[in-house]
Amino acid sequence: MSKRTLELEISRTPEMGPDFRPARGMMAPTDLPEPTLDSENMLINIGPQHPATHGVLRLLLELDGETVVRCVPHIGYLHSSFEKLGEYRDWNQVVPLTDRMDYLAPLIYNCAYAMAVEKMMGIEVTERCRVVRVICMELDRIFSHLLWLGTWAIDVGAFTPFLYAFQEREKVYTLHEAYTGARITTSATRIGGMMADIPVGWDTGVREFANGVVKTLDEIEFLLSTNGIHLGRTQNVGIISAEDALNYGFSGPNLRASGVPYDVRKDRPYYDYESYDFDIPIGEHGDCYDRYMVRIEEMRQSARILHQALDRLPEGPINVADPRVSLPSKTDLMNDMESMIHHFKLVMEGIKAPAGESYMAVEGSKGELGMYVVSDGGSKPVRWRIRPPSFVNLSVIPKLVEGGLLADVIMVNASLDIVLGEIDR
Amino acid sequence: MPANLRAAHPSVVALDAHFGDAILGHELVAGDEHVVFIAPDRSFEILQWLREDPDQNYNYLSDVTAVDYGGGRPIQVVYQLFSIPYRRHLRLKAELPLDGLEIESIVPIWQSANWLEREVWDMFGVTFRNHPDPRRILMPEGYQEGHPLRKDFPLRGRFSRAEQTRRALSQDPEDYYVPSEMGAGRTPQLVPWQEFAGGRAPMSTQTDPSVEEPRKS
Repeated sequence: MSKRTLELEISRTPEMGPDFRPARGMMAPTDLPEPTLDSENMLINIGPQHPATHGVLRLLLELDGETVVRCVPHIGYLHSSFEKLGEYRDWNQVVPLTDRMDYLAPLIYNCAYAMAVEKMMGIEVTERCRVVRVICMELDRIFSHLLWLGTWAIDVGAFTPFLYAFQEREKVYTLHEAYTGARITTSATRIGGMMADIPVGWDTGVREFANGVVKTLDEIEFLLSTNGIHLGRTQNVGIISAEDALNYGFSGPNLRASGVPYDVRKDRPYYDYESYDFDIPIGEHGDCYDRYMVRIEEMRQSARILHQALDRLPEGPINVADPRVSLPSKTDLMNDMESMIHHFKLVMEGIKAPAGESYMAVEGSKGELGMYVVSDGGSKPVRWRIRPPSFVNLSVIPKLVEGGLLADVIMVNASLDIVLGEIDR
Repeated sequence: MPANLRAAHPSVVALDAHFGDAILGHELVAGDEHVVFIAPDRSFEILQWLREDPDQNYNYLSDVTAVDYGGGRPIQVVYQLFSIPYRRHLRLKAELPLDGLEIESIVPIWQSANWLEREVWDMFGVTFRNHPDPRRILMPEGYQEGHPLRKDFPLRGRFSRAEQTRRALSQDPEDYYVPSEMGAGRTPQLVPWQEFAGGRAPMSTQTDPSVEEPRKS
């Protein structure tokens, strides 16, 4: 089109102002009635194979534009029926199943299971075992929170904290390996004690880790806690009030972020937790940012507990001297017949737990972890039930995301800190 | 049961005084855990009272599960309650005979019971009356073999591996990705899970509550 023709066309436009710019006017006629258009919400499917769902979680979302109208979570893709399998194994053989549920904090699950069975059988573990288990559980609380922190940072779009967090996690893997021989599937506990005493120098390794992780947390906090993008993505997102959080069954850091100071370690203390000096961090707003802050602070508190536990680690046997659950010493085994028979029966038939039941709740890394064991006097459980903290936490996700934006679904899901191995069991 | 054992837990005494006949028994297990057996037909009323009475205030429902002892014995539905203000734990059990596996849902009292009750239905076949979303949760929607955690369910499943593989392969994966799945939760009356098996689930907007069949257990 030549320049001349263009000028002619412009000059013919009636709304042209004196400065040859179009005069301001109505962009569209307003006297026409609004057409009744049928709108349809869009359905999208996230998962089950999606990096931001932290496992094989599937979310069906109904969207109106970018707003989530409805969210229906689907779980069960990792269902392995651990509870059923447990009914076909003897009491000690169940231990390897427990760490395969929450593979992010395996030692907490090992300990919780052993504690429930010991409570049912009325066994008091030795003083050294109690402290070693406290060390194990606090170590794995940091271990689990570090993975959450790394993936959380990835979800918010930051890659560096992920690398920092996993560098620290690698040290815990090494500690796991030094103690139990396995990096993830630790299977460290036995009924009445641990699989072995801690190796020489292990406590020094834990102390070094507890010192180092606090410095790393400072570095990560420097990157995230006041970062504008992080604040925008997390503050006032996924809010839940204290009453709702309780009613919907939140536990652990998620509940405390809403301002309810319920921590099993303080409210139903076990293993002398009342004698350790530590604080329970709580939030006020119940949004994603508070959940982040509560977990960061919890790691620091766990490091404090680690130092105190290492300071008081007593000498003595790690396994209880109870013939119902403990194997005789190798010397006795080779020298007298009764010990030989005792050893044979314990290994071949398994421990026999008297009829009874027990519900033992511990503060897991995700929330209240309950182990409910029922025995009828045999060497296998009649029922072994895990009260799964992430299962109940995840059931709240429709309430948290409905009415919010699609992008917030990812942050809310990350803030709940779920592990699908334990949700599906 | 001697009275002094009951006196150790104030809620047990209060339950006895308040509900009388509906409290069928009491046990003390594992040293300090109190178990109260309640009549299943009054479970909702009892649990609601435990939540709302200011002297009980069981504001946190830890767990809902079930125990099957096998041998035709009744299935126990187990409620683990915790009162955060009083730091009290209480376990309630309701025994349901195998031919009457039905109990009132407690979702109106504690929302946390929603998925927990769905799991009990999925694993044990206990029907929860007036549950807002009575679908299976861990097993697939079209799972036809029954309820896996029952003692009469064999560890390897009801059918041979060949049959299980054949059934799994013959399922149409499209069934799991249809919009009608979103129908769950929209209205109180939901599409029963059996209907998903044939892929015949109606669209959620066309669901007519009056034509729905009651759920088979």
